[in-house]
Amino acid sequence: MSYDKELYQQVILDHNRKPRNFHVIENASHNCHGVNPLCGDDITVYLNVDEEAGKIDEVSFQGSGCAICKASTSLMTAFLKGKTVEEAKQIKEEFHKMILGEFDPEKEEHHMGKLTLFMGIREYPSRTKCASLPWHTLIGALDKKFDGISTE
Amino acid sequence: MSEPSTSVADNILDVEKIRKDFPILTQTVRGKPLIYLDNAATTHKPNSVIERVRKFDAEEYGTVRRGAYSLSEKATQLYEESRQKVADFMGAEKKGEIVFTSGTTQAINLVAHSFGKRFINAGDEIIISNIEHHANTVPWQVLCEERGAKLKVIPVSDDGELIMEEYEKLLSSKTRMVAVNHVSNALGTINPVKEITAKAHAVGAKVLIDGAQSSAHMKLDVQDIDCDFYTFSGHKMYAPSGIGGVYGKMELWEELPPYVTGGDMITEVTLEKATYAKPPARFEAGTPPITQVIGLGAAIDYLNGIGMDKISDYENTLLEYGTRLFKEIEGVRIIGNARHKASLISFSINGAHPSDGHPHDVVSWLDRDGIACRGGHHCAQPTMIRYGVPATTRASMAFYNTTEELDALAESIRNGFPYGFVAL
Repeated sequence: MSYDKELYQQVILDHNRKPRNFHVIENASHNCHGVNPLCGDDITVYLNVDEEAGKIDEVSFQGSGCAICKASTSLMTAFLKGKTVEEAKQIKEEFHKMILGEFDPEKEEHHMGKLTLFMGIREYPSRTKCASLPWHTLIGALDKKFDGISTE
Repeated sequence: MSEPSTSVADNILDVEKIRKDFPILTQTVRGKPLIYLDNAATTHKPNSVIERVRKFDAEEYGTVRRGAYSLSEKATQLYEESRQKVADFMGAEKKGEIVFTSGTTQAINLVAHSFGKRFINAGDEIIISNIEHHANTVPWQVLCEERGAKLKVIPVSDDGELIMEEYEKLLSSKTRMVAVNHVSNALGTINPVKEITAKAHAVGAKVLIDGAQSSAHMKLDVQDIDCDFYTFSGHKMYAPSGIGGVYGKMELWEELPPYVTGGDMITEVTLEKATYAKPPARFEAGTPPITQVIGLGAAIDYLNGIGMDKISDYENTLLEYGTRLFKEIEGVRIIGNARHKASLISFSINGAHPSDGHPHDVVSWLDRDGIACRGGHHCAQPTMIRYGVPATTRASMAFYNTTEELDALAESIRNGFPYGFVAL
């Protein structure tokens, strides 16, 4: 899909104002707290993983931060539900490389669906951490990093 | 709306002429002319500083204070001339009262360490304020922890002013040091440092003034303030980065042990012990940032050429103009409304959608219009906590800024509301 800046703006705005899956999962099988110390983004990602099937049944988040961080987290939770853990990890790798400008979803095969909207972040190097925090936190949760994730 | 203020401003300084001295201001950012409003973080350099540094490196560079050959002697002379310029600029009595450091952070660490080692003991008290930069907070916290001393904090009013009655209550015979800024980097408040100093001295305490945000924006007179230490950063006063320093009263310097030890700060070294040199050399171990010191001297020449009173008057008109503009924008809350403020406006966005307008989004939004502002906690998290915000957006002005640039800033902010400040 080709990159649409106005759609990006609308989607970010929408998810920032009305974040999806914005709640705590009580007794979640996995969770992790992630912060960007420099800018104060602070989120917790909750997951219920079906260990046998290796599948993400449920995913949610809570926290505060800038529009990019909140929208990125909201979109991530909406996108990951029903995906396998392996798929989630692969998508995280693609997403991370994309926002650093090292992976072009317009030219290469990918599994990110509409998350490619975040491609434009590569023009704002100082904001990549805002968009990637939920993904680092997700991996922290899946890898059971109890101390949490810090981007610094 | 802008005419009266512009003409008042133009009567004080010829800004168009001044702007020609700063080559970086002619560039474009994302296709728009750069509007640089992050002067509280760092300032740009006029051609005279850039050229002086180039000439020094190309023709005059040498080690200082040790070589007995011409190049080194000349470099040493220029280096010490810069120290004299700083001393005169700050109103110090003696040149040797100026100790060069890498900047304010190192300057405060030096004082906290050396003064602390000599004078701070268990049960003593140190006073800071609620609106200090982390650089004037953490060194004192560490010192208190090390020496078993207690850190006390002057509270601040809703407008961003230190509550002087509360300050007086904190002072006692246990107070050893009062360390406050002259100007708050997060709010712009100009603190009554002369009064603060007099009250501290009345109980026998010493005073450090963090001048990082004041030194390039107002006429300084450390003897009039009567403070014991006053710190500054070159890169916030149109000089190169990596140089700054601290003024201290000579009789106090003489009593303090060194902070960093090594070459150049001794009179004699045997394998068993060393005898320390007199100040300021005692506090300047190792080869200093020589070129940067020369650049600092050139920056002071440049500031003196314009005149600190004129700079201060002009920046005041910018502050008044910008404050008026911001107050007209619905959904903008100015954080810090002290009666005496430096030319800095910290604000948060309180629009119809509470989640819109996080400072980092605002900064990216402004960047699309070529405007450089700072968004964040400004290394002053206790201040942010006090005002109930995680961060603010800050526009900090210098004498090369114009009312037209503030118009552009206000326009960009207005335009951001419908888009939730999400930059395309």
